[in-house]
Amino acid sequence: MTDSADKSAAAMPALPGRWERFRDSYLLYSFKRDVIAQLSLLTFIALVAIAVFAPWVSPMNPYDLAQIDIMASELPPFWIDGSDPTYWLGTDAQGRDMLSTILYGARVSLIIGFGAVALQAIIGVSFGLMAGYLGGRVDAFLMRLADIQLSFSTLMVAIIVGALVKAIFGGATFNAYAVPLLVVIIGLAEWPQYARTVRASVLAERGKEYVDAARVMGLRSKRIMFRHVLPNTLSPIFVISTVQIANAIIAEAALSFLGLGMPETHPSLGSLIKAGFDYIQSGSWWITLIPGAVLVVLVLSINLLGDWLRDVMNPRLYKG
Amino acid sequence: MTAQAHRTGSAEALLEIRQLEKRFSLSGDFLDQLRFKGGKLVRKQEYVHAINGVSLDINRGEALCVVGESGCGKSTVARTVMGLLSPSAGEVHYDGTRIDNLGSRQLLPFRKRMQMIFQNPYASLNPRMTIQQTLEEPLRLHHPDWNRQQVVDQVEQVMTSVGIDPDWGKRFGHEFSGGQRQRIAIARALAVDPEFIVADEPISALDVSIQAQVLNLLMDAQRERNLTYLFITHDLAVVEHFGTRVAVMYLGTVCEIADTATLFAKPRHPYTQALLSAIPRLDDDGPQHIRLTGEVPTPVNLPSGCVFHGRCPYANARCRQEVPALQTQDDGVRVACHAVEEGRL
Repeated sequence: MTDSADKSAAAMPALPGRWERFRDSYLLYSFKRDVIAQLSLLTFIALVAIAVFAPWVSPMNPYDLAQIDIMASELPPFWIDGSDPTYWLGTDAQGRDMLSTILYGARVSLIIGFGAVALQAIIGVSFGLMAGYLGGRVDAFLMRLADIQLSFSTLMVAIIVGALVKAIFGGATFNAYAVPLLVVIIGLAEWPQYARTVRASVLAERGKEYVDAARVMGLRSKRIMFRHVLPNTLSPIFVISTVQIANAIIAEAALSFLGLGMPETHPSLGSLIKAGFDYIQSGSWWITLIPGAVLVVLVLSINLLGDWLRDVMNPRLYKG
Repeated sequence: MTAQAHRTGSAEALLEIRQLEKRFSLSGDFLDQLRFKGGKLVRKQEYVHAINGVSLDINRGEALCVVGESGCGKSTVARTVMGLLSPSAGEVHYDGTRIDNLGSRQLLPFRKRMQMIFQNPYASLNPRMTIQQTLEEPLRLHHPDWNRQQVVDQVEQVMTSVGIDPDWGKRFGHEFSGGQRQRIAIARALAVDPEFIVADEPISALDVSIQAQVLNLLMDAQRERNLTYLFITHDLAVVEHFGTRVAVMYLGTVCEIADTATLFAKPRHPYTQALLSAIPRLDDDGPQHIRLTGEVPTPVNLPSGCVFHGRCPYANARCRQEVPALQTQDDGVRVACHAVEEGRL
């Protein structure tokens, strides 16, 4: 073989390592130039960190009845007259320290948000892969299933599941298993988002020749789906994951606000807002507004990160 | 290299395609097919007739080139042979075994013996896999008993044989040029040491300067490994260079099969004559092209009789009604043409 063309390729630069490749990547480059993305990542990491380490950083344990002093209820935050320096952000109607309760509440909200999205992703990605790759009747069946699922709102699924569990096992059991139940409810309600996105990308990838090459090789459908097609559909999955985490946190807050979610003894940000809502008229606005602000900041930082990620991973979509 | 023993140079057919047909539905699913017509609900189905009764034999050790213009069904033949599409009718036999109706498990031993090279080297390598992973995958599938060292050795050997530096294994496909990628795709096909390769326009997506290199690589591989090719192309110069025999296709049917030299020296079918006259020649004094009138008919509504009759200068009433069959001439050329059969041409 006489290949002058290949000779030139022999002078290819040395293979960069994983770190060098990341350092030179467009992802990092665009991150360095985007102040909003940096700020939102910083906020998000800070919130997640204090939520994860809540048991160690919070001044008191709001779940521990022995630490709660009912006489110290409805104390305002430190910048208002009549505040107690022990309770930096004031206390709620039951005398729980707001700061600690918010930290623990954010923890619950984040656990439910990530858990629900993990469940959505597992169901949605598998169904989307099967629908897109296998096509035909499997596709028709799974997509009709997705349509049916989408026609139930999250709220309706929550009401039905919540009512069923409460009727069968009693309210105490529901409260004890509220976190996994909410993960299941929000996970089940929103999987079609993943399934549809993944299916659309799979349909685009399935027509490419590397999939044909894998089939000609004799690989089984499962391996082609997970080893060949799935890695090439990851970018849209990442992008919708950010949106979905924000949505799941909001959905949990909405359900808790309506009394369908976390019990007040084990509050999430949503149930804190609900608990404080009754006292807003009596002047204790901080019980509802401070957790509300934390929720807004958390969701906003995730959404802004998601926006940035979408712009980076999909160069066809530029900011208008 | 283990299968070398039975790869004798005999002229028996390795692959037989019998009366192969492939239709693609245009009508969507059942609900889409329902139409209101004259106040009644009727079911209307439309098909693209991509191939209509193609029969081909491919002998051991030869390179059978299939030529024809875009949309004549040559790629569909290749994909049906490889089992990427299932035929609507007809049979595919490989080495005496019917393979078109086998399940994927039963097909696995045949997958090792027949491989495919694709047209677009920019799409045929998985962008998320390194070259090493791409080349190891077929070996791990077909040789589950091999240990790590055997797999690595075989990958290195096959990379060297296609002119790719084995040190590049950790790189991804997008780091290579088109010609290099096509070499990698060829290496992937050769990795399991097949005896039959379907090449679907393997050089038409490459630079002209690279085409010859890749073509030579394919010819070297054929000589060294005693390969049999089904080579799909629309490039007549490649056919002349590469093919042992040529099958000319038009609108889903084979109109002529001949040895390469015979076909280029003496084309029989009117379509082949027109096709060959379209090759630009350096010694052209004046344009000698046979100008066909009209367009290729739509494969949705096939013409009656000979599919070429609407554009054929020799067509008569019989051509418009009766489908011509391939008939063997004195010198072994097979032509599907009433005019040739009747001696009108």
